[in-house]
Amino acid sequence: MQRVLEVSGLSRIYGRGCARCAGETGPAFERNVCPACGSVVAVHDVSFHLLPGEILGIMGESGSGKSTIVKLLNFDETAGGGQARFFDGERTWDLFGLNSAERRWLRDNRMGTVYQNPHLGLNLDISAGGNIAERLLMNNVLSYREIRERAVQLLARTQVPADRMDEHPRRFSGGMQQRVQIARALVTNPPLLLLDEVTSGLDVSVQARILDLILELQEVLKISMIAVTHDLGVIRLLASRTIVMRYGRVVEAGLTDQILEDPQHAYTQELVAAAL
Amino acid sequence: MRPKRARAPASHGFGFLDENAKREVRRALMKAVAIPGYQVPYASREMPIARGFGTGGLQITLSMLGENDTIKVIDQGSDESVNAANLRKFFTLVCPGVAGTTRTQDASIVQTRHRIPERPLRSDQILVLQVPYPDPLSFVEANGARRSEMHGSANYARLWTKLYEDMVTFHEIAISHRYPARIAGHYVIDPSPIPRWDVPKLNMAACLYLFGAGREKRIYAVPPYTSAEPLSFSDVPFRVEDFKDARGERHRCARCGSAGTFLDELLSPDGSRTFQCSDTDYCSQILEAKPCKGS
Amino acid sequence: MPTLRNLSPLPYNEAGQPVLRIAGLGKEFYLHEQGKTVPSAKGLSFEVRAGELVALVGPSGAGKSSVLKCIYRTYLPSSGQILYRTEGGRELDLAAAPESEILALREREIGAVTQFLHCLPRQSALDVTARPLIRLGESPSIAREKARQLLSRLGVPVPLHPIAPATFSGGERQRVNIARGVIVPRRLLLLDEPTASLDPAARDRVIGIILEEKQRGAAIVAVFHDLAVAGKLAERTIEIAQPVIPEDISADLNSVIPAKAGIQ
Repeated sequence: MQRVLEVSGLSRIYGRGCARCAGETGPAFERNVCPACGSVVAVHDVSFHLLPGEILGIMGESGSGKSTIVKLLNFDETAGGGQARFFDGERTWDLFGLNSAERRWLRDNRMGTVYQNPHLGLNLDISAGGNIAERLLMNNVLSYREIRERAVQLLARTQVPADRMDEHPRRFSGGMQQRVQIARALVTNPPLLLLDEVTSGLDVSVQARILDLILELQEVLKISMIAVTHDLGVIRLLASRTIVMRYGRVVEAGLTDQILEDPQHAYTQELVAAAL
Repeated sequence: MRPKRARAPASHGFGFLDENAKREVRRALMKAVAIPGYQVPYASREMPIARGFGTGGLQITLSMLGENDTIKVIDQGSDESVNAANLRKFFTLVCPGVAGTTRTQDASIVQTRHRIPERPLRSDQILVLQVPYPDPLSFVEANGARRSEMHGSANYARLWTKLYEDMVTFHEIAISHRYPARIAGHYVIDPSPIPRWDVPKLNMAACLYLFGAGREKRIYAVPPYTSAEPLSFSDVPFRVEDFKDARGERHRCARCGSAGTFLDELLSPDGSRTFQCSDTDYCSQILEAKPCKGS
Repeated sequence: MPTLRNLSPLPYNEAGQPVLRIAGLGKEFYLHEQGKTVPSAKGLSFEVRAGELVALVGPSGAGKSSVLKCIYRTYLPSSGQILYRTEGGRELDLAAAPESEILALREREIGAVTQFLHCLPRQSALDVTARPLIRLGESPSIAREKARQLLSRLGVPVPLHPIAPATFSGGERQRVNIARGVIVPRRLLLLDEPTASLDPAARDRVIGIILEEKQRGAAIVAVFHDLAVAGKLAERTIEIAQPVIPEDISADLNSVIPAKAGIQ
């Protein structure tokens, strides 16, 4: 089966780095910080792949490097090492070998990112419809009426009512903000969607509805997604396959039900046993 | 260029700016003309007027003036406002041989703040506009590096979004002066605080338009016969001021009677309002052309 | 160590190759925190052909459910092979197959009815049942109609169909579970205690459905606690028995199977 994304040897170090960084950090040492040079090894030698139409879970606690992976894939940060290939229909992109114009284009057109903090994924000072319009206007949809109509449709996809489209998301509840964020991420119908802790911090009932929405969208639109979370419940609900990260490394990878019911690695066993 | 006549101890050569300064500005001008709408950075010199009073336009004009040029300066359409008059005198003082004029058709260079003359300029004329804020993206993005990136990839989505938001809130685009215009299909410029009325004059004109922002240190240009399209939605056509009164009739200039010019609204001491051509020279020439009334 | 005893051999169905061949399957759990290995199944071998049902019986905790989970790959087998012949005729070892293959097989060919109803919360019983069919491309209205029929057949009253199963009784949930498990015709069905918590009438309906599945040609591996039911349905019955084990390991056995730790 042709994969959507193939990542190998992904690394990112904050700081100047040294020869001892890789060998003296990680789950075996229970630290990210290199004892020799003080650099933070956020991610080291991470490899995984994403299958078409699936949701891959990346699970880990703080400092695991899970959010860094999202930032490396959507070019918020620059990778220090490794390769990422994005198979987009007819084209294959070598993500870390692109120039800035190509990166911008890919990020604007073929990827969507939804963040935990709506400030990062939304412009809170323009209307909800305006947030959608901005992405339509990137692609030269230039009739005002058409923009309005498309914005209504796209917001309806994530159940944001039309009568709120002219309000500023600053005034929305957390759950509604996430809905606008998701709608905005999906404007260009990207084949790849990155979800970074999208329900953390929301009320439990709201979380549930957002997760249901994500599943629905995934089934209807058949988008491939990567869901980063620390929450086992979210992983169980969303992801068919999961990788478990700790101190910047992958400690276990497999089918989600297997990870949760027959964890092999000591840390995974600890995580699963600790789940409330 | 050497001065023809030396005045009492001149600390400058012809055109006030030293030759290297002029060279830099000219190179910036050439680059601006070669890349229509692109904001060329340059090292804006100290001028004998304060920033915000036209130092950018001043440097451009001084770099171009030659002995046989004729200079017209207007401010809000008028040759006689304090700033316009002072600048005109300054030019004739530091550029011996250069004559000043108020007649648009007689000028080789016209320097202006906030208006474009009503009379269309010819291909042998240059209009120099004084610009306070060169970057239309500063409406929507505070970070200069990001603005450069947006210009570079012609990504004006956020500017368009501002127009969309205006439509949502006001049902029309709420920009009156500094209306953004797309030049030659790529860069969007801030045409300086000229009214909407003047923006169509930029499109496919015979003359060269040069824009100088002295405080912000940018120069840009709209070359002759270049497209300049004000940003608008395909179903929301760009409109200019219509000067219609409450009954729907077009106001006329109280001085020359014209119904086809940009009008200033004046309040009389008795509280009544009159309208008058903003372009005083144009108004005067219309008056001159009328047959004399009375004896 | 758990051992097996072949209880009631019946003539093999000779038409065609076995759908499933288990060879020397062993499963043990290593608990890092305690530093202990806990055994589950060991040395298990059997075959299932199309239209056959192999029953696994034995006392609680002996590892019967583990066998099913190993086949479904919820557990990673520690040793042995799980050779499955796909619809396309390929034989592959489920214990070693890549995840994408397993996911594809679970989508289409291999179905499992677990002991507890894991399903998306906030979804009606009808939608839970219809979902596997819709995922394969069936139109939602047809899928829901089939679901409705199946649930009714299993005795789940129509008023319950639009309600989320979270509030159902154990028996009702079990029936939704079964409906969901059989709505898509599977090549291999894994049933974990399908008749537990059902009254005799419901049990008979379930038995009826299992018989139909067999007639359709499904290969079935089922765990039964009720030997009589196993006898009615199985071509072969395998007893997975526990030998006598020391007291302390017993305690570990109770904590090792995470299914009981409540992370359903």
